[in-house]
Amino acid sequence: MSDLKSLYQEIILEHYRKPRNFGPLEDAEHEAAGHNPLCGDRVKIFLNLDADRVSDIRFEGAGCAISTASASLMTEAIKGKTVNEAKELFGHFRDMVTGLSDVGAQDLGKLEALAGVRELPVRVKCATLAWHTLQAALVDNSDPVSTE
Amino acid sequence: MSAEVSVDTAGSVVTESHLDVEAVRRDFPALHQEIHGHPLVYLDNAASAQKPQAVIDAMVRGYSLNYSNVHRGVHTLSQRATDDYEKARSVTRAFLGAQKDDEIVFVRGTTEAINLVAWSYARPRLQEGDEILITHMEHHSNIVPWQLVCEATGAKLVVAPIDDQGRVDMEAFRSLLSERTKMVSVVHISNALGTINPVREMTEAAHAVGAKILVDGAQAAPHGAVDVQDIGCDFYAVSSHKLFGPTGIGALYGRYELLESMDPYQGGGEMILYVSFEKTEFNVAPHKFEAGTPNIVGAVGMAAAMTYLTELGFDKIAAHEADLLAYAQEQLGAIPQVKIVGTSEHKASVVSFTIDGAHPHDIGTILDHQGVAVRAGHHCAQPIMDRFGIPATARASFALYNTREDVDRLVSAVNKVIEMFC
Repeated sequence: MSDLKSLYQEIILEHYRKPRNFGPLEDAEHEAAGHNPLCGDRVKIFLNLDADRVSDIRFEGAGCAISTASASLMTEAIKGKTVNEAKELFGHFRDMVTGLSDVGAQDLGKLEALAGVRELPVRVKCATLAWHTLQAALVDNSDPVSTE
Repeated sequence: MSAEVSVDTAGSVVTESHLDVEAVRRDFPALHQEIHGHPLVYLDNAASAQKPQAVIDAMVRGYSLNYSNVHRGVHTLSQRATDDYEKARSVTRAFLGAQKDDEIVFVRGTTEAINLVAWSYARPRLQEGDEILITHMEHHSNIVPWQLVCEATGAKLVVAPIDDQGRVDMEAFRSLLSERTKMVSVVHISNALGTINPVREMTEAAHAVGAKILVDGAQAAPHGAVDVQDIGCDFYAVSSHKLFGPTGIGALYGRYELLESMDPYQGGGEMILYVSFEKTEFNVAPHKFEAGTPNIVGAVGMAAAMTYLTELGFDKIAAHEADLLAYAQEQLGAIPQVKIVGTSEHKASVVSFTIDGAHPHDIGTILDHQGVAVRAGHHCAQPIMDRFGIPATARASFALYNTREDVDRLVSAVNKVIEMFC
């Protein structure tokens, strides 16, 4: 059961039960929708930029513990970052969950709790759905993002 | 194969009334392995079933000894392959209760069977104002081919509703049938809910308005004896891989006069009698629908699976699975956080469920880590998920080789999910 505990760490379960920055952002300047057709997970990202800095970010959607916790942790990590910093963080996060880089290669803080999905290729998309959707929101791509 | 008949001490023959599950389990090599350090409990049979040694051996023999192309070539191996392939057609005919071998078309699976009927039967015949009736519990493969027919012909797709237990509302089904209905296509057993539909009654109702009816038997064939003549349907579709045979092969039963009247499905070798650049004369059914070199050894493997099931006896298989279903529903139903989706009194051994506070994908992962394989998702039946207002379910589907101990392992794994999430 040890690998299960590393996948479903307390921080993930806690963010799943009580997601941060959850619910629509009224009059959001940027938003995008993401969908994982394989499992039906849906997420919407809303954000405002102050110059090129993310001043506010919220999300809503229905998904598994991994995708909900990932979205919740992402909003915490992204708030206050510039657009370029956000994109860079996504790159590091993606490399960690797909196993391209070692855990701890970059200091990803709480996001490292999601490193366990690298052992479960079918769950990587759960962890990256919110991030792909964030990227679409940052470039105002109005086409729904799909993991497929 | 388990001994169906034994001799007691007094020397008289005793027929065993129960399935010898331990003997059945020995027939399936895949069951005897560990997953994440636990003995495998395979409960994803509705997605695809494991293969008995009899099927594996038949296919090894097919490729090792009796392999060549069929229906051509005058040499011995070609003759043997042709004999085996046509014998497989005969076994399939008997398995489905059809009248003649020529009513059996080998296809890649249920999906191709439905597409074949949609393309070759419905598309040339339907027009604007006509209707195709399906139910709300269809698999995507029994929705999309008909949508394509509707797009091409202007016909309308009509959907019969289901109730909260997951049963087709038969009153509504009847009222939606009219002289406009040209085609009806219904699932025999729902893959997502387990509901067994009254297909004979549905067939009678369809025929009463002059419609043709296809029955999707993908989930039904592994669980009970199918008799297309008793059902009375015009078409019946099955997949080999769900009935313990290989992937990539299945069968379409069609009443011969209908098959005869239908256009070809694909053009190519095998489906022709004579070809010139001016005109091609098509072969007769079923060969008219089998363009190209077919899945010869696949058909041999499917026939071996059908023979395996028939020899075990569907009455025993059905009784065993009914016991597993009742036990699983009782055990899972006793857990307050578990909700079973699909509670018809006529059900096959499929238990779709949700757990309050845990998403089906997390359930699937946590169960897998305890060696229990279930399906998590929408089961290619998104309209059913919408009907019940849920994104997905976890689904445990039982087969002849599952045991009450498997149910116990499932329940204990589900309790682990609850411990973690709730």
